[in-house]
Amino acid sequence: MEHGAEQLTHTAHPGGYRIYGVVWFWLLVITLLELGIVLVHVPRALLIGSLLVLALMKAALIIAYFMHLRYERLSLVYAVVTPMFFLAIVLFAFIGPDALSVFSRR
Amino acid sequence: MAHDVVDQDRVLASDWGGGRSPFAVGWPKLMMWVFLVSDTLTFAGLLAGYGALRLSLGRWPVQAEIFNLYLVGAMTFILICSSATMAVAVSAAKRGDRGRVVPYLLLTALGGVLFLSGQAYEWTKFIHEGARLYGNPWGVPQFSATFFIITGFHGGHVSVGVLYLLATAARWALRRIQPESVEIAGLYWHFVDLVWVFIFTLLYLI
Repeated sequence: MEHGAEQLTHTAHPGGYRIYGVVWFWLLVITLLELGIVLVHVPRALLIGSLLVLALMKAALIIAYFMHLRYERLSLVYAVVTPMFFLAIVLFAFIGPDALSVFSRR
Repeated sequence: MAHDVVDQDRVLASDWGGGRSPFAVGWPKLMMWVFLVSDTLTFAGLLAGYGALRLSLGRWPVQAEIFNLYLVGAMTFILICSSATMAVAVSAAKRGDRGRVVPYLLLTALGGVLFLSGQAYEWTKFIHEGARLYGNPWGVPQFSATFFIITGFHGGHVSVGVLYLLATAARWALRRIQPESVEIAGLYWHFVDLVWVFIFTLLYLI
């Protein structure tokens, strides 16, 4: 909790606006990578897997730096991030079996 | 018994004892976060429904032959740029760099308008090719249905966001709002960008 009290006095970025330029650059690089993977033909499973990983990387960059969540207190981070895991589990548990059952029926 | 009293004192002295935010943010910002989490559930539901439909149908048109990936790539680029300018506007408001806030907010809104123009063009082209909410020439009705609903829902968020940004810029120029309000508008705008990351990946690329 001592840690949290420190962060109350808003953590300013030492580098000014530079961090946003850096994040912007990497978001562009990842987007170009995504387009590149689609344009060269790779196996379908590899394509889907790598695209999902790249999308999650972009999401993490946006949430952590643009939305500033990295600099917030951990209790807020947990309040935002934990529901996402539950959401993923619930969606997979309820929709997944129905969607996938066609493979055994086909 | 003595133990309980000590524990109670400790809890009351901690951040969860009441009288202050355990999240160390003001309530407006906390409420925006709560709204964004709930909005995530909406979009996740839509995208999960799309995924389930697509998996269970087994066949799906080749999107790369129907959509112009360069246009969609450009729209993605614009949205990422507008997110970056928004981050600069928020940062400027918080560090007291007053003059930089309005130009960057307007630049962000311009990015939103450009994105919407791209989407309007794409929808027009798609509809001219025969795509409707309930059917399309490519033989899988769910293809255009999910496309219109998901991109439409996102486009609605962008439209509201542009209005929100313009209102924020005007109110900042009139000195009616605190930096925190700019930050909250920023959270919304970044969320719109965030949702597009997944729509771009799931609807166009995969």
